[in-house]
Amino acid sequence: MSHESIESVGASRGSYKSYIAGFILAIVLTIISFGLVMSGSLPHWGVVAGIFTAAIAQMLVHLHYFLHLDTSSAAYWNLMALIYTALIIGIFVGGSIWIMYSLYHRMM
Amino acid sequence: MTTNASTMEFKQAGEVESPDTVANHAFGFWIYLMSDLVLFSTIFATYAVLSHNYAGGPTGKDLFDLKYTFVETMFLLFSSATCGMAMLAMRDGKKGMVMGWLVVTFVLGLGFISMEINEFYHMIRQGAGPDRSAFLSAFFTLVGTHGAHVSFGLLWMAVMMVQVMVKGLTTPAQSRLFRLSMFWHFLDIVWIGVFTVVYLMGVM
Repeated sequence: MSHESIESVGASRGSYKSYIAGFILAIVLTIISFGLVMSGSLPHWGVVAGIFTAAIAQMLVHLHYFLHLDTSSAAYWNLMALIYTALIIGIFVGGSIWIMYSLYHRMM
Repeated sequence: MTTNASTMEFKQAGEVESPDTVANHAFGFWIYLMSDLVLFSTIFATYAVLSHNYAGGPTGKDLFDLKYTFVETMFLLFSSATCGMAMLAMRDGKKGMVMGWLVVTFVLGLGFISMEINEFYHMIRQGAGPDRSAFLSAFFTLVGTHGAHVSFGLLWMAVMMVQVMVKGLTTPAQSRLFRLSMFWHFLDIVWIGVFTVVYLMGVM
């Protein structure tokens, strides 16, 4: 019980600097997302591409700055679990959309 | 600490919990979060498939107000940041600061969930409830599931505030607070998907 510090995976906490950096990046990305849709200055495909890019970027910002996920050995299994989950999500979401839209067009 | 943020310090006090156990619990909780992410992904897939099945009812354009959603988003984002501040205060062993930041986080989270309940209430009152169309069923399922998670997070936070107040920053309490912060940040990440897929795509 003498340990003063432990290695904790993805479980770690950063510094004030990292939290503030993550917070500012997240706010900027949120404003970009809402701004793109509300201003309506880009064509439809441009807005869709923009908001999804901003969303993925913001998710990565949250994972890195708030959940402290990185490629260090301490976070290795957290990262592996996340990558595996991303694969499952890709199959679920991508597969569902693919199958249902294909069915929709066949029934037209 | 600043270059490699993977070192976590727990000051030993009161109840006994070994550092290995703390790390294992955190990893186990991470696995739970991943499984919860899979749950959300199935609901997102359902929403993506049904999002244009309006059955002659109102569309996202008629129902959503982006300014309202933006304020909601800010509530959750600020609460995520203040939750991080609570974690930093915990690392420094400042019990008063931990309590203060937790109260701020709780109030911001409560603000978010109040806005969501208010939105649901007005939609259902104007006849746009989950029984109106497949789109609205999927909408209430997705946004409601996220809201239920936030509500349980608030309950957990309230319990932890009492625990910290009564027992102080013991190692088990810190370990639990840490998992609560993982849960809270995770919910903010899911919300990014919600506001992008549901609200931003919905009004276009």
